[in-house]
Amino acid sequence: MEAINYLNPTAQMILFSALKIGVVFGVVMTAVAYAVLVERKVSAWIQNRVGPNRTSPFFIDYLPVIGPFLVKLGIFQPAADGLKFLLKEDFTPNYVRKVYFWLAPAITVIPALLTVAVIPFGSNLGSEKMVIADLNVGILYTFGIVSLGVYGIVLAGYGSNSKYPFLGSIRSTAQMISYEIAMGMSVIPIFILTESLNLSDIIRYQAEHGWMILKQPLAFVIFLIASFAETNRLPFDLPESESELVGGYHTEYSSMKFALFFLGEYANMIASAAMMVTLFLGGWTMPFIDALNLPASSLLLGFVHIGVFFAKMAFFMIVFIWVRWMLPRFRYDQLMDLGWRRFIPLALANIVVTALVVALFNN
Amino acid sequence: MPQFTDLFFYALAGLTLLFGFLTVLNPLSRSPVTSAMFLVLTILCMAGLFVLLHAFFLAAVQILVYAGAVMVVFLFVIMLLDLKADERRHINKIAVGLGGLSALAIAGTLVASIVKTVPVSQTAGRLAEGETKALGRLLFESHILPFEILSVLLLVAMVGAILITKKDLR
Repeated sequence: MEAINYLNPTAQMILFSALKIGVVFGVVMTAVAYAVLVERKVSAWIQNRVGPNRTSPFFIDYLPVIGPFLVKLGIFQPAADGLKFLLKEDFTPNYVRKVYFWLAPAITVIPALLTVAVIPFGSNLGSEKMVIADLNVGILYTFGIVSLGVYGIVLAGYGSNSKYPFLGSIRSTAQMISYEIAMGMSVIPIFILTESLNLSDIIRYQAEHGWMILKQPLAFVIFLIASFAETNRLPFDLPESESELVGGYHTEYSSMKFALFFLGEYANMIASAAMMVTLFLGGWTMPFIDALNLPASSLLLGFVHIGVFFAKMAFFMIVFIWVRWMLPRFRYDQLMDLGWRRFIPLALANIVVTALVVALFNN
Repeated sequence: MPQFTDLFFYALAGLTLLFGFLTVLNPLSRSPVTSAMFLVLTILCMAGLFVLLHAFFLAAVQILVYAGAVMVVFLFVIMLLDLKADERRHINKIAVGLGGLSALAIAGTLVASIVKTVPVSQTAGRLAEGETKALGRLLFESHILPFEILSVLLLVAMVGAILITKKDLR
């Protein structure tokens, strides 16, 4: 460890960034795998079923009580699922446009993973800030990257060259562009209050003045609902509604390519959950306890902050999953109506009111 | 690290030119969708150039507006029209002439402004680097009138677009 101190600052920066990227990537991938498991378990409970409960690797026989318990929880299911995706036949229909057909799954996953880069998932460990890139325009970066996520779905529909995927991708694009506007407008009041686009600054503001969800409940509701539309989750999963479009934009995909779409959806859920925690629930801070509200002074506290962040994120993941199994799907015109005629005017009114209040009371 | 930044600049500038060229004249594919995708890549590389100039705000907006919204809509129009690859082969001479003329005009303006620019000292450049707040002040304090005229222009265009789609209103 001593050797690190002798490196020049650039080398240190590169080393620590690479380390953070690796760890965050690993954590997000694991979280995706287990989010799928939680989804299956929660849906099973909601529908009065049992859920995955019998995947057991050979060594489980040597663990007495705890082994069967873990099997019952389905802890090993994600590994089996992943293996299944890798080993299944990767079928490419002969009518597809090959280049786009191959590119689309990758283009779906990359933006979903890139968004995580600006999110401060903890205060600091030692002197190292727990954020990969502390950008001054953090939130704009996120929105920019999220808006690129549409391409994966557009190209999947175009590349598949058949009608259901194409209809699915048309729906998805219209939906994602519409809700992006509402989403972008809903966060503007936050910038008016915090006077910064930097996510770390927004967390600092919330630690001092209270969580944003209390000051901007309307913005929170719009952001939450818009993120359901952005991640193509029920009640807004029209791009892949299986009763009308078979599977929507990923109808023609199989094996690992299909898994990449799946992975992209869950990575997007994780990114929006992290975004909501950062913007509205104070990120890694906890009110009323000073040690948790200020940047960590010891290594242990640093880990506690990361734990707090993950607990809040897990809460939103559960909400995503819960809503999916409780609500029916919207009709397409209802979805558009909600986006354009309810949320955008509401978000605009919220901006004007917030700006007026700030202008009146700050002078 | 000046060398590092230079390297990135030349790489990005080269890629921008390459992708731009492939947008207009792609030897491998005549599909308009491919052209549109290369235009997206051109825009992304230009955003990278903005980042090198420390104009983070412009870079983010460039991606958000052009790559994320405008180009997706473009792509859709192209896909829905389903232009056959052969239709693009036919070349309109007047369009080529006008296009060349406007390209020359833009190039002339650029060269003229590069020649006329007085080099700024390094410290002054650092002060002006892409602070969002500074940009906001510039737009809303010193250049408020042109900015508002521009936004009204956009509004007019939007109203016009909606009017075109409504057949029964006319």
